[in-house]
Amino acid sequence: MRINPRTEQKIVRVVLWALTGITVAILFFIIAFILRKGVPALGWDFLTKNPVDMGKGGGIFSTVVGTIVLTAGALVIAIPLGVGTAIYLTEYTWEGPVTRVIRFGAECLAGIPSIIFGLFGFILFVTKLKFGWSILSGSLTLAFMVLPTIIRTSEEAIKSVPLVYRTVSFSLGSTKWQTVTRVVLPSALPGVVTGVILSVGRSIGETAAVIFTAGSALRLPTSLFSSSRTMSVHFYILAREGISMPNAYGTAAVLIIAILGINLLTYYLMNRFIKKYS
Amino acid sequence: MFKYGLKSFLAGREWYPSEKLFGLWPMIVGSLYVTLGAMGLGVPFGLACAIVLTEFSSKRVRSVIKPVIELLAGIPSVVYGFMGVIILVPFIRETLGGPGLSVLAASIILGIMILPTIISISVDSLQAIPPSYREGSIALGATKWQTVKMVLLPAARSGIIASIILGMGRAIGETMAVIMIAGNAASVPHSILDPVRTLTSNIALEMGYAAGEHRQALFATGVILFIIIMILNTVANVTASRMKGTKR
Repeated sequence: MRINPRTEQKIVRVVLWALTGITVAILFFIIAFILRKGVPALGWDFLTKNPVDMGKGGGIFSTVVGTIVLTAGALVIAIPLGVGTAIYLTEYTWEGPVTRVIRFGAECLAGIPSIIFGLFGFILFVTKLKFGWSILSGSLTLAFMVLPTIIRTSEEAIKSVPLVYRTVSFSLGSTKWQTVTRVVLPSALPGVVTGVILSVGRSIGETAAVIFTAGSALRLPTSLFSSSRTMSVHFYILAREGISMPNAYGTAAVLIIAILGINLLTYYLMNRFIKKYS
Repeated sequence: MFKYGLKSFLAGREWYPSEKLFGLWPMIVGSLYVTLGAMGLGVPFGLACAIVLTEFSSKRVRSVIKPVIELLAGIPSVVYGFMGVIILVPFIRETLGGPGLSVLAASIILGIMILPTIISISVDSLQAIPPSYREGSIALGATKWQTVKMVLLPAARSGIIASIILGMGRAIGETMAVIMIAGNAASVPHSILDPVRTLTSNIALEMGYAAGEHRQALFATGVILFIIIMILNTVANVTASRMKGTKR
């Protein structure tokens, strides 16, 4: 039996919209659920007090510090490497086997699951190089993990800077390096920053790679070699071992709020960047 | 890994590290089941969203829904796992029986987690189709759905396939969410309500205390996972670059 195309169109339309509606509803549900359960636990004390009794009581201050330090460490390592690679790929070389190999490598890195990074970081940094479970090992592992994101977004941003900018700069007698640092990079900055913020979001939410490299000590970290627990690891341990549900919800709410904020910021910057060049 | 022979390592059904039995088969099957389940859920929903966003919605709706879906990608995987434990697992336990921690629960949560990947890449490839394709089809009297079904989906095929493969990679590689909801029993599941352990959770669960040969077996698990992911990525890259080739 053939269905009238118009009727078919109507049916399909309803089905497709229903599926989309469910998808969007699930997202809203997850966010609303976590926030509704978690926000009551929040407060100044929750953010600024250290956990007591393995997290049963107290706040999450040391894990907030751990998250910030680890993420900052990862960025300090990944930004120079990533932006440097992007500059090299776009400005200092031409398409050929070498760039293809570098790009392929970056693409592969991007697809590798975080547990493999965790395993790698554990073997190399924690056991072979004897950094132990430490902020240093964790930051290095996270840096490798976010490197592809930074390379790709920076490359796109640098590529979208109009060629005229470069030619004018050269015609004024500046060298390649001067052109890159004073003309190309400033114009590409919002794009580069977008990549960096995306990486921050990924680092904050990461659990598998961090738990094997940075450990899960609850103390406030004192040096690069002290083990530290991030918010997502803390949340995982609280929820999995059933230590304290209110605190788990609270930690999850802080995580979600942080990530929503980061996403909104990225979105704003990206729109500004797009407007500027189109 | 090679000490016990590749075959017994890959196809062995017993995983008892304390007795030096390292058979990965249950984990490989577990990863496969969970991933297939996630695809069964994620692909129809993801494609429907992508089609609605590009073809059946106004610009304003799109400008609201698309960022919202991209937010899904940012939520940490532990939060998804937690939602699974709190809501989905008890629900399955009560309505369908079994322990609740199961292939089904893991598939549903992973299906939700891979939606953003599938949606955003499919939307990009649908939008990359030249408008003349749509205009031509509509001018021939086709309805919008006929256009989508017969013109747009085939034209965007390689991009959509790439998005599905990348989603698969994400589902196989996911660790924390799966540990929390899949039950982690190292045996081949007999129904979708049985608990299951995946390759990733095998590494994460035992890494903390493994030593000697046990640890090497876990590294070998990582190697196998790595190989699977590399194959998937290469396939995705090849299909995606073929898409670029046809556009020109």
